[in-house]
Amino acid sequence: MRGGISKHIPWIALAIVGFVALLVLAVSRGEPVSALWIVAASVSCFLVAYRYYALYIGRRVMRLDPARPTPAVYRADGLDYVPTDRRVLFGHHFAAIAGAGPLVGPVLAAQMGYLPGTLWIIFGVVLAGAVQDFMVLFISMRRDGRSLGELVRMEMGAVAGTIALVGTFVIMVIILAVLALIVVRALADSPWGMFTVVATVPLAMLMGVYTRWIRPGHIGEVSLLGFAGLLLAIVYGQSVAASPVWGPLFTFTPVQLCWILVGYGAVASILPVWLLLAPRDYLSTFLKIGAIAALAIGIVIMAPPLQMPALTRFVHGGGPVWSGALFPFLFITIACGAVSGFHALIASGTTPKLIATEADAPLIGYGGMLMEAFVAIMALIGASILDPGLYFAMNSPAALMGATPETAAAAVTAMGFPIAPDMLAQTARDVGEASIISRTGGAPTLAVAMAEIFSHVVGGPAMKAFWYHFAILFEALFILTAVDAGTRAGRFMLQDLIGLVAPSFRSTDSFVAGLVATGLCVAAWGFFLYQGVTDPLGGVNTLWPVFGISNQMLAAIALMLGTVVLFRMKQDRYAWVTVVPTLWLLVCTVSAGLLKLVSADPAVSFVAHALKFSDAASRGEVLAPAVSMDEMRRIIFNDWVDAGLCVLFLAVVLSLLVFTIRAIVAARRADTPTAHEVPPHAVPAE
Amino acid sequence: MLRFVRETALLMVGQPSYRVYLAHMAERHPGRRPMSRVEFFRDREKMRYGGKGGGRCC
Repeated sequence: MRGGISKHIPWIALAIVGFVALLVLAVSRGEPVSALWIVAASVSCFLVAYRYYALYIGRRVMRLDPARPTPAVYRADGLDYVPTDRRVLFGHHFAAIAGAGPLVGPVLAAQMGYLPGTLWIIFGVVLAGAVQDFMVLFISMRRDGRSLGELVRMEMGAVAGTIALVGTFVIMVIILAVLALIVVRALADSPWGMFTVVATVPLAMLMGVYTRWIRPGHIGEVSLLGFAGLLLAIVYGQSVAASPVWGPLFTFTPVQLCWILVGYGAVASILPVWLLLAPRDYLSTFLKIGAIAALAIGIVIMAPPLQMPALTRFVHGGGPVWSGALFPFLFITIACGAVSGFHALIASGTTPKLIATEADAPLIGYGGMLMEAFVAIMALIGASILDPGLYFAMNSPAALMGATPETAAAAVTAMGFPIAPDMLAQTARDVGEASIISRTGGAPTLAVAMAEIFSHVVGGPAMKAFWYHFAILFEALFILTAVDAGTRAGRFMLQDLIGLVAPSFRSTDSFVAGLVATGLCVAAWGFFLYQGVTDPLGGVNTLWPVFGISNQMLAAIALMLGTVVLFRMKQDRYAWVTVVPTLWLLVCTVSAGLLKLVSADPAVSFVAHALKFSDAASRGEVLAPAVSMDEMRRIIFNDWVDAGLCVLFLAVVLSLLVFTIRAIVAARRADTPTAHEVPPHAVPAE
Repeated sequence: MLRFVRETALLMVGQPSYRVYLAHMAERHPGRRPMSRVEFFRDREKMRYGGKGGGRCC
């Protein structure tokens, strides 16, 4: 080896920094710890993991060959297949994978303290999440840039491919519902926030008209104009909210917002894309990247102390934000950021068609996911620099908190996180809201933290309300874009699936088929959204774990695909790279799924909850929080639907496990590699 | 540097480089008329938001 040991010295030093930082985080109890220790621990772990583990996987496990033409090279067409500079492609890939998920999960996970979440994000991403993204990118890159469903079909058979597609569609529905629910929780009874978000619709349409007829294709220009419009909307939002005429017009209850979102989703996804979706996507993408960068800089400048304890008493379960103990529920609560199955769709989407050489794959696949983990770490820091009393008052369901600062402060103090009612009222005034109690869903909590950090750097306390609404707008904007784009993608998935039975349904030009599929898709996520909105426990409590289980199961499927491919490549001795995270995800998701079905605790299990309410209903009793027999019946019905979903997810993942084992056994029997790679010369160049 | 930032930002919203497209057309299909900048923009926009592909994450 050239250079010998000396080239490793800086990396060893970095590893020591990471180790010391982790040690500081792990042993401190009670005394204030700076958030920079979390930053130091994660950044140094990520860099060392990239330098050694990602390159090890690339060289030894996948045997990447920089000389082998990628689809971008042998199919180059200047449009879909373009060999792209790796830094440019990194930006594209990161913008596609990072969304609301890594911002919300860690905030919810903070109920157990900052330590469990930090450790899971760091170790989860290094050993599972980044491996998954990298592996799927590699598999797709060697197979002409095909999509996850096709890859599963190629390597594991047609039945396995169809099962994976069904699973993906259901996961998509749950994701859309839970994202929409977060927006509902953030905007309910908040005229200022609602006004700014509503204002983005005409603003995006003006931008659409501008790029269509006035200055076609000038994205940078129109985005700057749009951004100026957004800032004006935030500034004027305050006067609108305060106005006795306009304020009430923008004040909605959660149920009203639910219907508005469902209607919006249906209309937005059939409008021409240039009118609303594309221009809003420019705004939300650039705002997202800008806000994430600003947050990183802000945290470093402010160096805030962590106020949340390292561990809270809720590690054993019984927490108000979400139910269940640390194992397995922490590992499904933080999905995006540690390991996210949805990335398998992106890593087998546009990215493999743009990668210029196989040598770039570690940076894009593994490095891109490390970057998302860093976003998750920042969200966790955000939640942990707030007063724990404030955190729990914002994230506990209204059924526990009551409606006033006094009742909420008393409830949170009783949990062991003392806080004065004045402090809750003052925080609400600071951020320009009527109340911040029970603003569940993570987004408002993160917005309060971002307001804290940004106002420390720019503007001081007077700017807090502005920054709070800026943060809410930033989150709501890209969630709405995801709802719109996701409904479109879901529509095509559904058309493909129904097309398996009724082939005429598959035609993407058919107006009726498109309308029916769009309607079904909106109805599906609308159902879960309505269920979440009317859930007396706040909905996030119920829906987020279902989302986490489904997302992690998709990750398990992607990693099983990776395992099959490694065995088929005759790389058996390196298969542990994907087998270890697969097993861990299977253990977490299957036990979480089973607990949701068979646990005796009605707070955890849908079935126990349904039975408890059925029993009461048969005695003619109405259990709180239901207030009528009708509500009792709805709660029971919802419980059974959720339980059914858990059964479905378990069936999907376990049946794919059987296909995986069969494929591995067959691959081991064969004497030669059996992986179905598509050789570069098999496809004619454009 | 400016070009790099510009191309990164454009690809983030699904618009590949028009310059690279023109170079590709000139090299491989010198006889064919390449799409104009606006046609190229519309074509890529349709591709990204047509529903298929163009995915993004939660």
